[in-house]
Amino acid sequence: MLTKRIIPCLDIKDNRTVKGINFVGLRDAGDPVDLAYRYAQQGADELVFLDIAATSEKRKTFAELVLRIAEQIDIPFTVGGGITSIEDVSSLLINGADKVSINSAAVKNPNLIDDLVGRFGSQCIVIAIDAKKIEGNWKVHLVGGKVPTDIDLFDWVNQVCDRGAGEILFTSMDHDGTKSGFANKALAKISGQVNIPVIASGGAGSVKHFVDAFTIGKADAALAASIFHYDEIPIPILKEALLEKGISVRPNNA
Amino acid sequence: MEIAIVDYGVGNIQSLKFAIQRLGFEAVLTDDPERILNAKKVFFPGVGEAKNAMERLKIKRLDLVVKKLKAPTLGICLGMQLMCRKSEEGQTDGLGILDCTVKRFSRDNKIPQIGWNTLNNTKGALFSGIVKGHYMYSVHSYYVPIIKQTIARSNYGLDYSSAIQEDNFYGVQFHPEKSGKLGSKLLLNFLNL
Repeated sequence: MLTKRIIPCLDIKDNRTVKGINFVGLRDAGDPVDLAYRYAQQGADELVFLDIAATSEKRKTFAELVLRIAEQIDIPFTVGGGITSIEDVSSLLINGADKVSINSAAVKNPNLIDDLVGRFGSQCIVIAIDAKKIEGNWKVHLVGGKVPTDIDLFDWVNQVCDRGAGEILFTSMDHDGTKSGFANKALAKISGQVNIPVIASGGAGSVKHFVDAFTIGKADAALAASIFHYDEIPIPILKEALLEKGISVRPNNA
Repeated sequence: MEIAIVDYGVGNIQSLKFAIQRLGFEAVLTDDPERILNAKKVFFPGVGEAKNAMERLKIKRLDLVVKKLKAPTLGICLGMQLMCRKSEEGQTDGLGILDCTVKRFSRDNKIPQIGWNTLNNTKGALFSGIVKGHYMYSVHSYYVPIIKQTIARSNYGLDYSSAIQEDNFYGVQFHPEKSGKLGSKLLLNFLNL
């Protein structure tokens, strides 16, 4: 039976892990490869690495970090942040990333999704969507959530799916960093309207939040950062608690 | 004698190379028919689209080489699917080592299947120390049905082959190089065949 996935997310800046609260106020949380190794040992199902200060001159450093991660980590990982072209994706996949996550560049140029899917296949193209409720409507935001657009979240979800995306990583900016739970209503709507896996992101603060994301939100996977980085809910304890609640997850010893 | 990884320009080969390295072995990435035919173990990886992958194999004439192999050969993910006679993906012919057609999952399921799924009915030396109920990581939209060469099965809406064996040809639908300690154990079992 296919299990729900628990995914620690590591925000990377200058080769260090950082975590922003509501996308600002960065704190240092350590060496990414050490942390990634620890999470893999603890039973994380996948990892996400986001290069949050991505610029063209720093891209090479990030690609080198990806190679170091692939060398040491024996679970799948996705990388994202500032990816805008087939060349960017190619260099990250060659260095051992399993999937890439595309955000702003896909909104600015939706054809990029078709091009990437055509070249690399759906299975490695994750479309990350940052959204926020504005006057009752979910709107897609760009540049790490800083720039609002007029694009409706659910229209955009349909479009990326039609263009062949393999997976959706949905972050609610209203929930991110608040530790008050995931955006379950929006998640359930996304999960109901598309036929590809959906990763919930933004708002994890307790075991119950994960249970709700999987049951009410119908998410296939849940992503979190600070609760793992600061050891507030260690992954083995989270998984044990989820199993007790009847959520099918891969036990830490299997 | 070498451990060879068939290089035909598809898939996340770096991770496989690193996984073999972590087990204390060295693998060479090669498209040289002689080296592949003389290797003591061959990995036949693959990620992406079946038709495109078959075309790449044919351009390098590696389709003929893989079929001729006598050493233990492990097809991974698309590599396993290409061992079949046909695939619904791109309506392409495969290598025909297994007489079956690779099918697409029904739309009742989310496609692709992404994540950790359990193995059932595992058979043979490849699964030594890896028993029923263990988890492996898969990412795929197409599957090999249950056939007489099935040596492990998983369920995603229906039962499918998560591993097959025909003589020296082995195939796994999941990614052992990405499946933690048990995936490494399977790779080690293969290297020790």
